[in-house]
Amino acid sequence: MAHAYTPGLKVTARTVLRKERRLPLKGKVMVSEIGTKVKAEQIVARTELPGNVLPLNLAGKLGCDARDVKGNLKVKIGDKIAKHQLIAETKGLLGLFKSSVRSPLDGSLESVSDITGQAILREPPQPVETDAYIEGKVVEIIPDEGVIIETVCTFIQGIFGIGGEIRGEIYPVVEQPDQELTVELLNEDCRDKIVIGGSFCTAPVLEKAVQVGARAVVVGGIDDEDLKNFLGYDVGVAITGNEQMGITLVVTEGFGKIPMANKTFRLLQEKKGYYASVNGATQIRAGVMRPEVIITLEEDQSMKTTGSAESGMMEVGTPVRIIREPYFGELGKVAELPPHPMKIETEAKTRVVKVKLDDGKEVLLPRANVELIEE
Amino acid sequence: MKPKEQIKNILATDCGSTTTKAILIQYDPEAGRYRLIVRGEAPTTVEAPFEDVTIGVLNSVKEVEELTHREILQQDKIIKESSENRGVDIYISTSSAGGGLQMMVAGVVMNMTAESAERAALGAGSIVMDAIATNDKRMPHERIERIRNLRPDMILLSGGIDGGTIKHVTELAEIIAAADPKPRFGSTYKLPVIYAGNKDAREPVKERLEGKTDLFIVDNLRPVLERENLQPARDKIHDLFMEHVMAQAPGYKKLMSWADVDIMPTPGAVGLLIETVAKQEDIEVVGVDIGGATTDVFSVFKDRTEEEEKPVFNRTVSANLGMSYSISNVMAEAGLDNILRWVPFTMEEKDLRNRIRNKMIRPTTIPQSLQELKVEQAIAREALRLAFVQHKQMAVGLKGIQQERTIADAFEQVSTGETLVNLMNLNMLIGSGGVLSHAPRRAQAALMMIDAFLPQGITMLAVDSIFMMPHLGVLSKVHPQAATEVFDNDCLIRLGHCIAPVEKKRRKGGEHCFTLKIENRDELKIAWGELKLIPLGEGEKVKATIIPERHYDVGDGYGKSITITLEGGVVGLVVDARGRNPFSLPSKLEERINKLEQWNKALNIYPEKE
Repeated sequence: MAHAYTPGLKVTARTVLRKERRLPLKGKVMVSEIGTKVKAEQIVARTELPGNVLPLNLAGKLGCDARDVKGNLKVKIGDKIAKHQLIAETKGLLGLFKSSVRSPLDGSLESVSDITGQAILREPPQPVETDAYIEGKVVEIIPDEGVIIETVCTFIQGIFGIGGEIRGEIYPVVEQPDQELTVELLNEDCRDKIVIGGSFCTAPVLEKAVQVGARAVVVGGIDDEDLKNFLGYDVGVAITGNEQMGITLVVTEGFGKIPMANKTFRLLQEKKGYYASVNGATQIRAGVMRPEVIITLEEDQSMKTTGSAESGMMEVGTPVRIIREPYFGELGKVAELPPHPMKIETEAKTRVVKVKLDDGKEVLLPRANVELIEE
Repeated sequence: MKPKEQIKNILATDCGSTTTKAILIQYDPEAGRYRLIVRGEAPTTVEAPFEDVTIGVLNSVKEVEELTHREILQQDKIIKESSENRGVDIYISTSSAGGGLQMMVAGVVMNMTAESAERAALGAGSIVMDAIATNDKRMPHERIERIRNLRPDMILLSGGIDGGTIKHVTELAEIIAAADPKPRFGSTYKLPVIYAGNKDAREPVKERLEGKTDLFIVDNLRPVLERENLQPARDKIHDLFMEHVMAQAPGYKKLMSWADVDIMPTPGAVGLLIETVAKQEDIEVVGVDIGGATTDVFSVFKDRTEEEEKPVFNRTVSANLGMSYSISNVMAEAGLDNILRWVPFTMEEKDLRNRIRNKMIRPTTIPQSLQELKVEQAIAREALRLAFVQHKQMAVGLKGIQQERTIADAFEQVSTGETLVNLMNLNMLIGSGGVLSHAPRRAQAALMMIDAFLPQGITMLAVDSIFMMPHLGVLSKVHPQAATEVFDNDCLIRLGHCIAPVEKKRRKGGEHCFTLKIENRDELKIAWGELKLIPLGEGEKVKATIIPERHYDVGDGYGKSITITLEGGVVGLVVDARGRNPFSLPSKLEERINKLEQWNKALNIYPEKE
């Protein structure tokens, strides 16, 4: 086999991207026409989440049998109720010794069970809104649920991130992809910006970024220890995006000190001052989700979109990055793709690739340990 | 599907969370049996950018084609007409991709019906996200909140023995109704709820849940306190897994149309196979399948509390213990020190942390250097150990049963609900999953299993040769003969018996522990603290007498000798006298590394580096 499928992350200068913006449950779509242009902050769909429910043991509180609860109700099922409103009362003895129950909340009486004697009270619904997240045009309306938005953009996928969707101006603060992002480089100018670092950042750097009001940090690598110190806990399973740290982080290469890939760094630098949508949400299971930076470009259909590194064929000459020790982070080109499984240092027999590193040295690696990159 | 006797070429795949594995099984007329021909694998493609599981399946089958020079695919479809060098007769598959099956269960009493419901869900191959019960110490609104937030694939509601409580079951139904739960895969369909509780409560449950959810009613899973009836609930879970969960995952509709029988959840298929092995050989078995996302433990132990000993099957899944996607959680749960204690060289905590994280974010990479392999196997020991701890807590006898007691019982104070796992009775320990099946040396798998499970007495260690138990599990449903033949001859690799004495209390290193007399061989004196490998090849059996000192038990009681037949394997006979009460490693770094190196050498685990 002279080629092989190898995964990689999308890093592309110009591409057409579609994003589905869907409500968690059915509601109203705020855009009525396909082709409508939307801004990133624009609300595209709205709904009301049923309010929280509170079970109330009416039979117990009234001191009556579950079957008799309905007869003692002072409001009808489905009625709106106000806090402290009388909702049930027993007849008592000759009008005396009555037991009564008042509503602990504003809302409605949803149901009363004559088996358990429980009443279910529901708080008023909570509004939920979904915004466009990216600037673009609506290409599809999903009735009652949301829209699909298309945009022409520079699209960069990271490998790991924390924090949710955020928007801001691209703001590189380092000169080179192998330069570390330090506390000294961050100041008031970073407020509301997407700060682009180089190879590495620490927990104090992230704390400073929060302090100066940066919206996101994009960097090559981070030590896990720093991530833990910043979050205050260890990330267990790789499902992130809901962290409330006041900042979104996108790591483009991996854990440790790793220079940002040249192409990624160059693209971000070229787009200084552009408005971008960033999401740190990462899910490496059940539908992989990688963190992303989306920079909407001026729409010009005459310009071609470029290819991406993503998954594809590996052939002799294909540029690759090594993604596992002992050559983790090094770059090179495929020199040979031996067809048969070969023994590696661990004595495991596996499909291998010979890679010529940038310094001229040739190394034999499991194919699983390289990913494609673009020059 | 063709009649059984016409099935000669079988293609089976397992779509795991990381890789899709395809195997080709053929009938060999000369040998007069079915045999494994070849195995191919490719990354699973449930996720973006592919979002179609069938691409991974086709890639893995293409590898089978390349390795066998047999044409199986035509225009990306499986050829279902077989001739000498073309096509297959049947295609079957299992799957755990896309997070597998995730359920919530509910029952009236936590350690009775809720526990039975949990066992039913686990037995069907599901991950149990939470168990709700009227005595779970949560307020009703907290339970409602929980159901809302978790978004399971389905809910199994049980509660009450037949003729028992109606009120409490109804209350649970009301809670589920109030939560108005939404399924994990979008809002386009209703959440399936299976009711398997008190048959007298069916009507009130129907009134509350029908319409709001997709309600299915099956026989009570605990009709009387003394008996569980889990099969109807399990069968329903399997049906719904296919119809609801699988059908929503990317590419599965196509895959389902290719497969000749229903796609089974991977752990369901492995469990079926382990249950069959235990039954056929009348032995007590523990099986473990350590994957990228989850670790499953299966066991069949005899319930000795009853007059007639009956085998009880149990399965647990540790949803967040695995070697790739969940590797960081192993670190979080076990703690770094527990992982580092197995690493036979000095390593900085920071370095270990970054390595584990990089494996998590790039889950398909494999260790290239020996050092990386040692680290990975250290993590595996902890993942296996933790999964087994969880299994022991779940594999228990039925609780809440009235027992007739004699005066003698009163002294013993045996209570119901004790763990059924008794390592002294364990006959066979089977390891499966990448890190065990693909360990470059089989002895590595043997020692990982011994260190994690700490078997006692005499136990046969075995591994799934190339990770094909899921395939054979589903095959056993359609062609039991082919499944058994391939399992015995190609799948199960016997590593050899392990002899592990248990001491009354911690002893001193070097003290004489037991004498091993093997027929026609020199007598061996084993000291406490020793780990030793005695050559005994695959299929070789020897008669032996083990004479323990008075503080040691090898199966028949302290100081009692036993005479048995010992069997070898690809590793040999492993003598592990390192202690069980408790097993521990030296706390000083240098001493610990020396000890680990000594043990690794004793079993010739790793190649000597120049």
